[in-house]
Amino acid sequence: MPPIIATRGLSMRFPRVTALDDLTLAAPPGVVGLVGANGAGKSTLIKILLGLLPPSSGGAEVLGLDIARQGDEIRRLVGFMPEYECLPPDVSATEFVVHMARMCGLPPTAARERAADTLRHVGLYEERYRPIGGYSTGMRQRVKLAQALVHDPRLVFLDEPTNGLDPAGRDEMLGLIRRIGHEFGISVLVTSHLLGELERICDHVVVIDGGRLLRSQAVEAYTEASGVLVVEVDEGRDDLGRWLHERGAAVHPEGRQLMIDIGDETVYDLVRDGSAELGLRLVRMEQRRHHIEELFATAPHSAPVAVEPGAFGGPGASGEELRGGAR
Amino acid sequence: MNVSTIHDIGYRHYEGKRLGRAYVTRSIFVHNLRAAYGLGRPARAKVMPFVLAGIMLLPAVGDIAVVAIAKRPEALFPYTRYQFMLQLIISIFVATQAPVLASREIRFHTVPLYFSRPVVHLDLVLAKLAAFTTALFALTAIPITVLYVGGLVTQVPDSGTQLLHYLGGLLACLLLSLVLGAIGLLVAAFTPRRGFGVAAVIAVLLVSSVLVSVVQEITQHAGHWTLSGWLGLLTPYSLVDAVAYRLLGGKLPDIAVPGVGGGFAALGVCAVIVAGAVVVLYSRFRKAGLS
Repeated sequence: MPPIIATRGLSMRFPRVTALDDLTLAAPPGVVGLVGANGAGKSTLIKILLGLLPPSSGGAEVLGLDIARQGDEIRRLVGFMPEYECLPPDVSATEFVVHMARMCGLPPTAARERAADTLRHVGLYEERYRPIGGYSTGMRQRVKLAQALVHDPRLVFLDEPTNGLDPAGRDEMLGLIRRIGHEFGISVLVTSHLLGELERICDHVVVIDGGRLLRSQAVEAYTEASGVLVVEVDEGRDDLGRWLHERGAAVHPEGRQLMIDIGDETVYDLVRDGSAELGLRLVRMEQRRHHIEELFATAPHSAPVAVEPGAFGGPGASGEELRGGAR
Repeated sequence: MNVSTIHDIGYRHYEGKRLGRAYVTRSIFVHNLRAAYGLGRPARAKVMPFVLAGIMLLPAVGDIAVVAIAKRPEALFPYTRYQFMLQLIISIFVATQAPVLASREIRFHTVPLYFSRPVVHLDLVLAKLAAFTTALFALTAIPITVLYVGGLVTQVPDSGTQLLHYLGGLLACLLLSLVLGAIGLLVAAFTPRRGFGVAAVIAVLLVSSVLVSVVQEITQHAGHWTLSGWLGLLTPYSLVDAVAYRLLGGKLPDIAVPGVGGGFAALGVCAVIVAGAVVVLYSRFRKAGLS
């Protein structure tokens, strides 16, 4: 399948900061997550992809259209939900979304029908006739999402859609985004500074930091099985650990569990024999999976991932913050 | 057929027509014209524009009553002077409604939503100016239309001249609406807070009016009649009055620029104001579209 978004050496330099630095990536159709700390260049990238901001150098294509020459075509085919508040408080959601549909060229009747349908899909019902000024944050986010979807785009850019939502609201929003990608058949580029939430809904995740590409790959690749075996026994964790260590296994404790490097198949037999010999109750034995958030882990004991040290050394870009949304 | 699936039809793609630039621009125009009168908004947004429009009508209605009852056709207000007499009301309308069109969408960051769609920057600005001009034209042209119709009904003599003067009056209304619309939107677009926007527009319109008339009085006392006439170009109402008197056969104001040349000069000033406002508004909205 051709990529929905492809960039080549994209750079964006402002007088004092470099927002994007030689960014080359390709994102397949589906739900694509764009992760990075605040200030990593996510919003700038979206503005460039919308053709609103000409890049300093490099180029990009959205849905196979060139951002420099076919910006108008692109803006016909995509929807955009900004990160910031963008709703006038004194009109109703219906009035506003109908207007935005007409701005995409939908005739009056179609605009009204699509607005009603879309507001229903995002979960706004009777309240859509009241002025937006009285809405909760969750309802506002839904209106913002509805205006991005109302003209039935082929691709939507969702900039931090879970910002400011409580956990329940965040879950609903994430569910909605997954439905947009998989049921509505609209490709999604969703940004977040929280990895955990993107891991749950994305097919593909792009990680950028300081305007540079850290990784771009399918979400399974981040979570593939690691070479570590997790073993949990009811009691006598240390006994088993010592027993395994004496027989040459590379093992270390972590919480209530033992982490054992899988050198070859015999490790499984060793654990079985050790548990039997020491008379321990084996609760769990599984191959550990990676989490995307490990990308940002800096502690040396965590599972190895291919990130150069100090990759997240920039100001405000702490691994702690990025892991915050993980569950 | 499974009946239970009828309720939830799920997501449907839109296969219908997508109209072009002209339709989008027209939609912006209609949306802003409605906004100027508070339509599609809560009731309190409608109070101010409609009260002011009502006040605009009162003198015309009263005047017609005088003409009809006292049988004094010469008491009919001159069409081109009506907007000058009621400039306070018009200024208040400009001040309260210009922020609705110009600064509301900047303040609430709605502008980027337009430009992430197939909306052309210049179209947005021109449609807003056209909408505000139309709103102001309705405000000023309806009263003089009432005057004209009232004149016909009460059989004021010289109906041919009356018609010419009425048409001249309409043109003057249009010109004033354009100039005031441009100034109002320009000032409001740079004062994002609504309260400040109202105050700033009032200041620009009223203070310029008062200042100019004071200086005009002084120069007239000193005998500088020509200079006094030219000073009138510095405030929108006398500016349009000058055009109306010199070019549209309007009634003589207290003082005006000399000759037809002066009238064209005044018209030129109007054109510069409008063109300048469009240029500045264009760059303002362009910038707001990127925030």
